[in-house]
Amino acid sequence: MITTTDVTGFLGARRGRSGLHWTDWLSYTYLAIGVMLVLLPIFWMFMSSIKSPRALVENDPRLLPYEQVTTPAPDGQRQLNVFELTRPDGSKADVAFVGPRGANARVYELGKPGDIFEAPRTALSRKDVISPRWENYTDPTIGSTQSRTFNFLRYFWNSTFVTVVATLMTLVVNAMAAFALSKYKFRGRDAIVLVIVATLLIPPTVILVPLFMTVSSLGMLNSLWGVIIPAVATPTGVFLLRQYMLTIPDELLEAARMDGASEWKIFWRIMLPLSMPALSVLAILSVMWRWNDFMWPLIVLTQSEVFTLQLGLSTFKGELNDNMHYLLAMTVLTLMPVTLVFVFLQKHITTGIANTGLK
Amino acid sequence: MTPPSPAPTTASAPALNPVAWGWTMLGDVLDGPFRALQGHIGANRMAYVFLVPNLLVFGLFSFWPMILNFYIAFTGGQSVLLAERPFVGLSNFRELLDCPSYLDPRTCPVAGFSFWTGLWNTLFFAVVQVPIMIVVALVTAVVLNRDIRARGFWRAVFFYPVMLSPVVIAVIWDWILKRRGILNALLDDGTTAWNSLVGGPGYFGVLVAFGLLIGWPLGSLLARRVRTLPPWLLRLGCAVLAAAGLALLAGRSGLTLADYRPINWLIDTRSGWPMFWVIFVYTWGHLGFYMLILLAGLQAIPKDLYEAAEMDGTSKSRAFWRITLPLLMPTMIVVLVLSLIRAFQVFDEVYVLTGGGPGQATKMIIQHVYESAFIGDAKRYGIAAASSVLVAGLLLILTLGQLAATRKKAGG
Amino acid sequence: MATLELKKVTKTFGTTTVIHGIDLAINHGEFIVFVGPSGCGKSTLLRMIAGLEPVSTGDVTIDGAVVNDIPAAERGLAMVFQSYALYPHMSVRQNLSFGLENLKTPKPEIERRVAEAARMLQMDKLLERRPGQLSGGQRQRVAIGRAVVREPKIFLFDEPLSNLDAELRVQMRVEIGNLHQRLGNTMIYVTHDQVEAMTMADRIAVLKDGRLEQFGRPLDLYNRPANLFVAGFIGSPRMNFLTGELASTDQASATVALDAGGSVSVPCMAQAAASGAPVKLGVRPEHITVTDAGQGDVNLNVTITEQLGGESYLHGAMPSGEGLSVRLAGQTRVVRGDTVGLRLADPALRHLFDVASGKVFPPLT
Ligand SMILES: Nc1ncnc2c1ncn2[C@@H]1O[C@H](COP(=O)(O)OP(=O)(O)O)[C@@H](O)[C@H]1O
Ligand SMILES: [Mg+2]
Repeated sequence: MITTTDVTGFLGARRGRSGLHWTDWLSYTYLAIGVMLVLLPIFWMFMSSIKSPRALVENDPRLLPYEQVTTPAPDGQRQLNVFELTRPDGSKADVAFVGPRGANARVYELGKPGDIFEAPRTALSRKDVISPRWENYTDPTIGSTQSRTFNFLRYFWNSTFVTVVATLMTLVVNAMAAFALSKYKFRGRDAIVLVIVATLLIPPTVILVPLFMTVSSLGMLNSLWGVIIPAVATPTGVFLLRQYMLTIPDELLEAARMDGASEWKIFWRIMLPLSMPALSVLAILSVMWRWNDFMWPLIVLTQSEVFTLQLGLSTFKGELNDNMHYLLAMTVLTLMPVTLVFVFLQKHITTGIANTGLK
Repeated sequence: MTPPSPAPTTASAPALNPVAWGWTMLGDVLDGPFRALQGHIGANRMAYVFLVPNLLVFGLFSFWPMILNFYIAFTGGQSVLLAERPFVGLSNFRELLDCPSYLDPRTCPVAGFSFWTGLWNTLFFAVVQVPIMIVVALVTAVVLNRDIRARGFWRAVFFYPVMLSPVVIAVIWDWILKRRGILNALLDDGTTAWNSLVGGPGYFGVLVAFGLLIGWPLGSLLARRVRTLPPWLLRLGCAVLAAAGLALLAGRSGLTLADYRPINWLIDTRSGWPMFWVIFVYTWGHLGFYMLILLAGLQAIPKDLYEAAEMDGTSKSRAFWRITLPLLMPTMIVVLVLSLIRAFQVFDEVYVLTGGGPGQATKMIIQHVYESAFIGDAKRYGIAAASSVLVAGLLLILTLGQLAATRKKAGG
Repeated sequence: MATLELKKVTKTFGTTTVIHGIDLAINHGEFIVFVGPSGCGKSTLLRMIAGLEPVSTGDVTIDGAVVNDIPAAERGLAMVFQSYALYPHMSVRQNLSFGLENLKTPKPEIERRVAEAARMLQMDKLLERRPGQLSGGQRQRVAIGRAVVREPKIFLFDEPLSNLDAELRVQMRVEIGNLHQRLGNTMIYVTHDQVEAMTMADRIAVLKDGRLEQFGRPLDLYNRPANLFVAGFIGSPRMNFLTGELASTDQASATVALDAGGSVSVPCMAQAAASGAPVKLGVRPEHITVTDAGQGDVNLNVTITEQLGGESYLHGAMPSGEGLSVRLAGQTRVVRGDTVGLRLADPALRHLFDVASGKVFPPLT
């Protein structure tokens, strides 16, 4: 039994105050509205994604995936919709809708296909059942007959490949550079750090054309490598890792040096394990960037075999409005990986991002 | 507690877990060549070896393009090969900037039209979106910073959209905002329900609710002054008066709404709705990030400051204006700079949601760059590069201005 | 077998020179302590020996071979750091074996050495723990163990005990002493604590501002400090210095007129100095006895008395205003405000320094 006091106690302030101040009510109301504003659209899309194409076309505003019951017509050619008929005396019966006649409808009671009679349309109400249509997700026809352009598995694989490979490369390449820039003294070091920090301020969106030309002259257009490599050396990554590595005491490295470790071994066995917190923040950021990336793939990849999920989705959205059920299902699948990552690493991600101030 | 081991363990170490073992092995395998290299060049120069991969990629794909951009801005033609691009001097810039009136892009050449439309749209977008988002993010952060239950949960939910891709966000909202979408359906149902409510006996319910809503607090206020009458009587009286007033003013028909006609939120050319939704959707997707940063800033303010203020008898609202906001200023400036710079580069969400339409109503400056270079038969790389140079200049001024403002704040 | 020699070693960071030409020869099996105030360059010197810091000029030789250009990893030394520098992500066992693995030592040999070191330092039960799960003293042992398993030619310690509490410090001091007894290796130990230096060292090198002030056995430093700095640094409580000027000298002694009144004769060779030269007379607090006012060499106006039971300290000012301390065996009746007379003990325990150079006037041999 949940009583009012339980709820109030749960919501109530922690610090000794009992009961809720009106500002508390205001806060919780605000939060509840905000949470609904965030979650309802996503929830609505998810619920829509398991509806039948017909329900989507009819624009059924009900949350659950209702579908009208149908029954095969006596001639066996088509499916008839089933309605619930309320007779003048109040009794009810399920009837199959054969066709309209004026303001009336020609129907027959289920089980008695020979006995067609007329009933006023106002006495009919749809007979619905809840039937989630998981085929939207599993339909093997996606990518073959129904839609030439949406090859989900291919796109999913491309996106996964880009995300995983790019993230691994980002981690290794940037960690190596950050190690050099934080733990060695050499000529030009401060200049390099300065240049890298300066490029933090210059958004990649303003070098689209020359970057495109460079990538194209290296023959990387329409190749996933053309998406992966240019953003591997991210100033953000170097900066974040370097700041962290600066806090690792030099004495540890010196101890390892006395222990006969080579510089590479110091990097691999001491520096990398100790930088795990910063590396995992960068890994999460990188996964997020790469999985969600849109503009750069849009420029580099023009053939649908190499599309990433985001490209496939946006193309699909533009082209095929009558395949909404697939689009919605695929959108859910696209947001699923980051959502799962977020659900499991939520604390890590929010604190990591709050501490670094980076996205 | 571990039981005392009978003899000192000369036995081997416990089995390593496979990940650690793999990690060690991989490191050892790579150690061979690296150690040999170190033997040749010495330990200190290994720093350059560690730097090379990064500098190679960085130089080739960040630094070099930055320089190249300037050159391309002065070339014409449609080739991606530099050698085949004729030098055209300032003509790209002329095409962008030769307008009788910048305020009316239609007076510009084709490229200029696209550029200035995008620029003005982007400016409008940034100027409206950034303040709204910062205020909402601040309010949310302040609420979350209160002594509140399940803070982690609320914070996570508000942050969640940040994880979603712009394409996914655009699909979700497109689905909601379609002409036959859920929003129109809800508004339609809402209108119908309201009309049937005020059309029937619910009318009186509405009057009573309105009366209480307005009259009750009014009565309470009045009760502080007027001591001669009992408070309950004052409140009741005010409620009745308010209800009667509404009945007189609006009557039954005045409360009835016109039938709802579905709006084409993203396509309607005669209204500001497309821009409104572009701003809304973008804010929806980015709010959580700034909320998180502001919350971190709030939590960094030492609690004892508030306790000291409380001892001094400072009111909560005064503490907010005189302690919280000033101490949050550095974070606010970071948030302002970041969000402005990001708003200027808005592309993905808008491009997928409206494609810049209807017409050019939501076409942003980066979309102009993108389309000049990559869309259509004429690939005008020169125009795109010249536009990028102008945008970069604008962003630079913005950043420097912000930095200067920060400096002044910090110095003063 | 390991000897170490420093020849005119200097170290310059940028434009500031922090080590100004140090010569030092260390024999095999010696326990050497570098002592000096903090910032004097002890760690820098040690790190140059270790190979963690290149020498600017001069040579470091180990067993007669110049090692200036040999990287730290290959010098065959081991170092215990002030912060211990244990690898926080490895277990104690991994910490101990990491260095041996780098040297490609065979597995069974590694295990043997780790087990032996663990037994020697009583940390068998800690082997699977991480450094974060150990107390300060245990971490200290692991850090020493990590050096021990390497079986290095020379052990280097950089203020290894400064992070421990007083009691543990005394205990670890003894253990490190035992370790030296047992292994017989050459050890170089850096500290700023002269008590540690006196109790542990075979020979002490006193450093100040990057210069070697004196190098010798502990008691030699105590009995025959070469200069004002060493005299003031070694010994606790500090030696008292009484200013004065040289009144007269002969072959075997010098007579000093003290600012505090009276004159004192010190057996030393000071003929080279002109009479009237400013000097300082050094007398340790334990070499002073108390008599009635006016009876001794100088008077002292007592401002503080410290009664420890077994011994007592008097602190006060002489007529010249200079401060002075006295250590008395047993308990005393002198109280604050009393004026007493002081008698400087045995002339052989007086030290006379030339203020201009800071050097001692050589005592008679
Ligand atoms: N890497 C360095 N760069 C510049 N100055 C240094 C460096 N390391 C030490 N020093 C300076 O050298 C002097 C000696 O330092 P150190 O050897 O650490 O003294 P300590 O005797 O306390 O161990 C100090 O003045 C210190 O500031
Ligand atoms: Mg030191």
